[in-house]
Amino acid sequence: MTEIDPESGDLAREIARQHRDRVGGVLIALRELVARFGYVGRSHEHVVADVFNLSRAEVRGTVSFYHDLKTKPQPPVQVRVCQAEACQSVGARDLTKRVESYLGVKLGEANDAVSLDAVYCLGLCAQAPSMMVNGRPLARADLCDLADEIPA
Amino acid sequence: MTTAYVPLDTAAVAAGADSVAAALVAAGVDVVRNGSRGMCWAEPLVELDEQGKRLAFNNVSAADVTELLQQGEGHPKCLGDIAGIDYLHRQTRAVFNRAGALHPLELPRTTVLEECLGREPESLIAEIETSGLRGRGGAGFPAHIKWRTVFDTPGEQKYIVCNADEGDSGTFADRILMEGDPYRLIEGMTIAGLATGATKGYVYLRSEYPIAAGIFQDALDNAHADGLLGSDILGSGKAFDLELFIGAGAYICGEETSLLESLEGKRGEIRVKPPVPAISGLFGAPTLVHNVISFAAVPSIIKHGGEWYADMGVGRSTGTMAFQLAGNVQRGGLIEVPFGITIDEIVNGFGGGTRSGRTIRTIQIGGPLGAYLKPEEFDTPLTYEAIGELGAGIGHGGIVVFDDTVDLARQAHYAFEFCEVESCGKCTPCRLGSVRGKETVAGIIEGRDVEQKLTIIEDLCEVMETASLCQMGGMTPIPVMSAIKRFPEDFRR
Repeated sequence: MTEIDPESGDLAREIARQHRDRVGGVLIALRELVARFGYVGRSHEHVVADVFNLSRAEVRGTVSFYHDLKTKPQPPVQVRVCQAEACQSVGARDLTKRVESYLGVKLGEANDAVSLDAVYCLGLCAQAPSMMVNGRPLARADLCDLADEIPA
Repeated sequence: MTTAYVPLDTAAVAAGADSVAAALVAAGVDVVRNGSRGMCWAEPLVELDEQGKRLAFNNVSAADVTELLQQGEGHPKCLGDIAGIDYLHRQTRAVFNRAGALHPLELPRTTVLEECLGREPESLIAEIETSGLRGRGGAGFPAHIKWRTVFDTPGEQKYIVCNADEGDSGTFADRILMEGDPYRLIEGMTIAGLATGATKGYVYLRSEYPIAAGIFQDALDNAHADGLLGSDILGSGKAFDLELFIGAGAYICGEETSLLESLEGKRGEIRVKPPVPAISGLFGAPTLVHNVISFAAVPSIIKHGGEWYADMGVGRSTGTMAFQLAGNVQRGGLIEVPFGITIDEIVNGFGGGTRSGRTIRTIQIGGPLGAYLKPEEFDTPLTYEAIGELGAGIGHGGIVVFDDTVDLARQAHYAFEFCEVESCGKCTPCRLGSVRGKETVAGIIEGRDVEQKLTIIEDLCEVMETASLCQMGGMTPIPVMSAIKRFPEDFRR
């Protein structure tokens, strides 16, 4: 079990408690933890289990189900390239290769500086291919200068 | 002083609308951030107000702003008065008639809700029945049956849940509605609450739509402040409350029972149906689950009457459908028209053919679980029935265009791959079938034992279709088998 510092544990407990009585509170709390810490650590899971009176397995099961609920610290730059059909029809595969070679990271991988993930649809299907850089959507990403759009 | 309209919609922002707005402000122009008109191909679509006439300009960048203001109508990017643009003019907007007119939160309040507060539930349900409205999420199930079931099923607490987990590639209508006219969704859900006896509602929105989340939350706050939501709606003594819930990245949560599990804070694993959510939904209570566009159609139906809505469309496909044209197409965007328009009119008429300039080889209709069709089939009218006869479905209205460089074997491989990534894992046909299917198609692409493997794929698809617990596994065979059936040459190279 990876331990995190007690201060972070206290904050996690506070976050979990804030949502204890809400519908879907577990998921809301887990999303908040990702927003605050960048990921859900093992000890965060234990805190959530404790606050919501669930088994650790139940919380783990929820965390492992969702793409957004990361279980490891994330690098400062997060790039997601759409892999779905509308983007495929106008060169998503080429765009992905270009981004991979620009970042030096394969799809689904990360280094200390940047992560590159697949995303399935950003709703920009009429302006495809699309990608997202740190939450910012980019349409017609095939025309973008990656150096302008991705922070170094 | 000139007023400029620059959309705050994701489609516009992703194309650089924020810097265009900043440049216009710097030039001393009064800027209004409106919703999108749905002409995604033209975003950022800027409108300049010239004495009541709104001149539209397509694909504006910040660098264009000075010339745009100087040249006005003479600028090469000017499309003329927004009201006269053919792409919009040819549409029948019953749901998206307000989106894009103003800032989404500045759209005026309608009197539809007031009217509904004075009506009996039975009369509201009857209006929906008369309209013939069918669920716009994909299944096309008659809306009034769900409404009546929720109304008739006893329960202390009933719920209204809006499915805004718009994960199908090629679709963005829910997003444009929530970013362009959020009050309409609130109104539609509130009316559904009044009609069914539900006093609590949730909008389940996917996390990939952060801009929609911000706008919709503001709209909810305003509606609460104005007494349109809460324990005493506009002093009527009737209650309906609504909350926004953000997903955490899972395509399967667009399946209604998986969505309900997720809304309860759990893994988004699907539930076995029956019982249907209308009888046992959120926390086991009677729950009305509809897609965004289904709810958003309700205010217009109530305002103009069910017969007005039913008069549009063809046969049992009544009213309008918000088609979304996407992929390799010149003019992709939102096209709201009555059912019955042909695929060709959408793809070539509105869309103007491929963006690449090459020949169209196929379209995929109805999202990642939808069929690949051939151009020879483009004269088919878009109705639930006619598209169903092709072995396809309209789904949520997404149409993705591919040119002649597409490899349908690769698309079949992707269909299985997507199912593998997004399967909830509860049932074996979907969880394992997707993996085996992907491996088998990979073998076909490599040219190993092709005929034998095609037989295996056919068997596998039959198992997935008949034995999966939900449409994820049950409909993944549709893109696969439609590709094999219509484009056999791509599998036998």
